[in-house]
Amino acid sequence: MINIMEVTETNDMIEKEMLDVRTITMGISLLDCIDSDITVLNEKIYNKIYNSAKDLVAVGEEISMEFGIPIVNKRISVTPIALVGGAACKTTDDFVSIAKTLDRVATEVGVNFIGGYSALVSKGMTPAEELLIRSIPKALSCTERVCSSVNVGSTKTGINMDAVKLMGEIIKETAEYTKERDSLGCAKLVVFCNAPDDNPFMAGAFHGVTEADRIINVGVSGPGVVKTALEKVRGESFEVLCETIKKTAFKVTRVGQLVAKEASEKLGVPFGIVDLSLAPTPAVGDSVADILCEIGLEYAGAPGTTAALALLNDQVKKGGVMASSYVGGLSGAFIPVSEDQGMIDAVVAGALTLEKLEAMTCVCSVGLDMIAIPGDTKATTISGIIADEMAIGMINQKTTAVRLIPVIGKGVGETVEFGGLLGYAPVMPVNPCSCDAFVNRGGRIPAPIHSFKN
Amino acid sequence: MKKAIITVVGKDTVGIIARVCTYLAEESINILDISQTIVQGYFNMMMIVDIAAIEKPFGQVVKELEELGQDIGVSIKCQMEEIFDSMHRI
Repeated sequence: MINIMEVTETNDMIEKEMLDVRTITMGISLLDCIDSDITVLNEKIYNKIYNSAKDLVAVGEEISMEFGIPIVNKRISVTPIALVGGAACKTTDDFVSIAKTLDRVATEVGVNFIGGYSALVSKGMTPAEELLIRSIPKALSCTERVCSSVNVGSTKTGINMDAVKLMGEIIKETAEYTKERDSLGCAKLVVFCNAPDDNPFMAGAFHGVTEADRIINVGVSGPGVVKTALEKVRGESFEVLCETIKKTAFKVTRVGQLVAKEASEKLGVPFGIVDLSLAPTPAVGDSVADILCEIGLEYAGAPGTTAALALLNDQVKKGGVMASSYVGGLSGAFIPVSEDQGMIDAVVAGALTLEKLEAMTCVCSVGLDMIAIPGDTKATTISGIIADEMAIGMINQKTTAVRLIPVIGKGVGETVEFGGLLGYAPVMPVNPCSCDAFVNRGGRIPAPIHSFKN
Repeated sequence: MKKAIITVVGKDTVGIIARVCTYLAEESINILDISQTIVQGYFNMMMIVDIAAIEKPFGQVVKELEELGQDIGVSIKCQMEEIFDSMHRI
């Protein structure tokens, strides 16, 4: 039988160490909504999402109450809209009308984000996909809750450099469209390599075409829990350190598995995956950077950071895998800058640069995330940064992503406020040397040799 | 049987157990096990209870216990047992 020590341990994790279930995300396929009439399409999309997710928030709150654990976000991901809208959308405004429908239904069912305003163009772009990408700046500026992602490369297909070039321009344009709000639109736009079909985390969530009609994916978190566990093993060897992270990740993930199972049962929607990510928030004590410091670094970004992050990421996976029947999504440590107080401190202290962050993305679960850069950064420079990050993903057969925010009207040293879970960030310097000729070549980078496994 | 765990934490005072147990009896909640310690004047209690016979929704019981706690001046949590089981048992 459960004893008082175990109960106290769990409740301390929840109350003092900010253990929470970060998100329950319902994936909804919109493939059966496809229609050649844009009005009919919008109506079908609204109805399908509304009917599927109308109970999502209530069920989330009920589970939260039953187990006494916060479930921070309830969200929806849908089939990439470029596929759904291809037959009906003849202009960018047609696509924007779908974004508005998504925003309206998200507000109606009470979810805080809806992901899937996306295009998968890792090898080439159809006219509809290009149209959707060109509609992103407007779509993100006239909606609140819609998140957008574009997959521009994969280990199997190589990197679509035309799309990389275009995304540099689109990010700049999105920043421009939302410049009154510190270019907030860019915080809802992710460029991916090897994007997973079942990611529950925003802004990059979409419901892949390989998925069932509806699915429940859950993202757990708990950097504070790992940090507190590590405080007890200061000065111990790497063996002890790794074992501690593994055990903690196991416990945290078990809670995610339980919540996912319950949500799936109560909603009558199959359980998809648990995403084992250590996702920070701007709250003090909920930081991945603080774990790195606890491992033994003065600041995130100090020499040793990449190794510390590599072992952290690996142990989280090792501990989490056994705790859940299906693991998927991004699963690892997230290193967003603006959403992590420890990362922000490291940048302000001069310990963490864009280049070091890039190195860290080689060994963590995602990529250059929530990084504010000067508003006058050239589109081609942003494309160059994207290309670098995509190459890391392609060669290392992992997901990488770029979520950069060129803050219009601000320069290095200034601070931007995004508010809420998105946090705040100091604007970071970008290497000023040009890569115009590289980005302007056009075409695609072929798939790497180790992708030919057949 | 449907098990829940009730935890009571706070400054020790007269009648904590009495008031919690009275509420449980009124709601047809059967107590299966109680363990309790006092550390540095702080009262720490865990109860395993059977909530199979409750008539109200479980969420309401959680809320009412929380309010009772505020009234006594302690923190009372009531959670389904599964969260502890899944975390601490393979």
